Amino acid sequence: MSGHSTYQPQSPFMQWMERRLPIAGLIYSSFIAYPTPRNLNYWWTFGGILTFMLGVQMVTGIVLAMHYTPHVDLAFKSVEGIMRDVNYGWLLRYVHANGAAFFFAAVYIHIARGMYYGSYKEPREVLWILGVILFLLMVATGFMGYVLPWGQMSFWAATVITNLFSAIPGVGSDVVTWLWGGFAVGNPTLNRFYSLHYLLPFVIAGVVVLHIWALHMVGQNNPTGVEVKDEEKDTVAFTPYATVKDGFFLSVFCIVFAWFIFYIPNYLGHSDNYIMANPGQTPTHIVPEWYYLPFYAILRAIPSKLIGVSALAGSILILAFMPWLDTSRVRSANYRPLYRQFLFIFFLSVIGLGYLGSQEPTGGYVIAARILAIYYFAFFFLILPLLGFFEKTKPLPNSISESVLGGAKS
Amino acid sequence: MTPFRTLGALAVAASLSVVAMQAASAQDAPPRQSWSFSGPFGIYDQAQLQRGFKIYKEVCSTCHSIKLLSFRNLADPGGPGFTDAQATSIAAGFQVTDGPNDQGQMFQRPGTLADTFPPPFPNDNAARAALGGKLPPDMSVLAKARSYDWGFPTFIIDAFRMYQEDGPDYIHAILNGYDKAPAGFALPPGGQYNKYFPGGAIGMPKPLSDGQVEYTDGTPTTVDQYGRDVAAFLMWAAEPTLDQRKRIGFQVMIFLIVFAGLLYFTKKKVWHDVAH
Repeated sequence: MSGHSTYQPQSPFMQWMERRLPIAGLIYSSFIAYPTPRNLNYWWTFGGILTFMLGVQMVTGIVLAMHYTPHVDLAFKSVEGIMRDVNYGWLLRYVHANGAAFFFAAVYIHIARGMYYGSYKEPREVLWILGVILFLLMVATGFMGYVLPWGQMSFWAATVITNLFSAIPGVGSDVVTWLWGGFAVGNPTLNRFYSLHYLLPFVIAGVVVLHIWALHMVGQNNPTGVEVKDEEKDTVAFTPYATVKDGFFLSVFCIVFAWFIFYIPNYLGHSDNYIMANPGQTPTHIVPEWYYLPFYAILRAIPSKLIGVSALAGSILILAFMPWLDTSRVRSANYRPLYRQFLFIFFLSVIGLGYLGSQEPTGGYVIAARILAIYYFAFFFLILPLLGFFEKTKPLPNSISESVLGGAKS
Repeated sequence: MTPFRTLGALAVAASLSVVAMQAASAQDAPPRQSWSFSGPFGIYDQAQLQRGFKIYKEVCSTCHSIKLLSFRNLADPGGPGFTDAQATSIAAGFQVTDGPNDQGQMFQRPGTLADTFPPPFPNDNAARAALGGKLPPDMSVLAKARSYDWGFPTFIIDAFRMYQEDGPDYIHAILNGYDKAPAGFALPPGGQYNKYFPGGAIGMPKPLSDGQVEYTDGTPTTVDQYGRDVAAFLMWAAEPTLDQRKRIGFQVMIFLIVFAGLLYFTKKKVWHDVAH
């Protein structure tokens, strides 16, 4: 929320404190009095879920780091030591490994929600760009974390991904040597990945603060995409309304999370990662974790390495330009019938690319991946800019309260 | 815009159907077995783990190491259920290398509960030298390091029915998959034909035959049964905390469902006079 705090300390100590460090006032205005649109649906609970997941990953990660040894000869064994000899080590590791996957699942839903309801549009461009930066940081952190158990997939994923930098014209191979700290993926690589894997979550936490700050400056978007006009009629206080709703859906999310942790903890992993890294033996089929598969499919769809790597990077970076690529004045896809359909096709094509990324890149798979990759980029470069001119949008409600109270009362 | 949109939808549909037409892998799918430890309440069968351990000790351990397993694990809860005394006497039956002693020499001594299972060969090259260039994989996490890609839609269904037993299925299948090579199959020298092994040519000669290992509890001494027992033992070796995991998992699930239910009704109460 912009504007100053309405917090009135009761006790003399809090009054004394408030004149010196108004932290209670900041918490009050940010998480209690902060007005949230009254029509938010459950897709809006994923911001809170993501914050929770970051906390889960940090807490489990810090304890795991106490038992882990970043050395090529000992890393695999130390992870198995965590599984066998550390009290509840199996729980910590399975929460952390599946936590990464659920962190990504939540961020994809969060991004999809932003795309559907036009949350990237004016005045939320900076908020959106900070989100893209957070996603990039997550991709880097997740990748380096996957290398740490030093299984076959860890090692070969590190080899494949770091080798992408060799596509840079002129200095490519020097950059790769610099990244590796040697002439192949080895102990220096593992050590620096461990160091950065520990560092980056704190960078993420810092950017999350900026992300929330920017959010509280401009206010939340909502399913109608119509700005809050009358705080009294259009919004409810964050506490208790949003907190209890977020809390409920977070528990539902945790039920699914617990399903994976306790009953199918290795479902999302690759069995080859239970074989210790062996630089002399390439796995028959190198695949990244599921959350990178759509981007991996785009990379492999293109025969030229340089163009493929550029497309891979571009497929994420393009998101940052959405506020300017989309020419429509209407935010929410609920009032944009054509955008809505193109967007659903876009979501399907990302899922399709994800499936293709997990398969061998031969014959029909490559052709299919190319078609879907073309659609992926056409969505941003053609459909988004053109739709604003051609699309006939539905009439918008005058206000949030009108949309809620106007029709059948829910 | 409509033709454009239809084109987009068609392109997605076409590319996905191209994928669906691709053939599956050449390797035979390992038949699924019924395991005592599958499902939300599945736990290890102690007698089965003891039988599996017997097979490992008498047959597999001639070539395969199991370096991450300690003798003390044999008496751990959720394991084969040996008593401390039994595990101690099993450990004492193995010679482990220790040292260096006061004279700077390495020496052999009987194993204790604190030791890990000593490998059959001092190093990988010694194993290769003894076994015609082939290196038997370590068995500590073998049951989690093997799998089978069932493809769509089985992999989705498995998430719902909690199927995580592709590793033991594969081990059981390999032990039962030795056969005459089909006509026209070029078997490399020293290889055996096994229809469940990727590529069909496995380096390991058929390790088990009916009646080879003696059971004292009346369980049939068939390769099929041996395969199941040793696969269960290897699953335990790879995942010794499975029993504890499922027990805690059930408690967590009950808690979360009740907690989510309470929060749902709290949410309803808080929002009841707010149209949204």
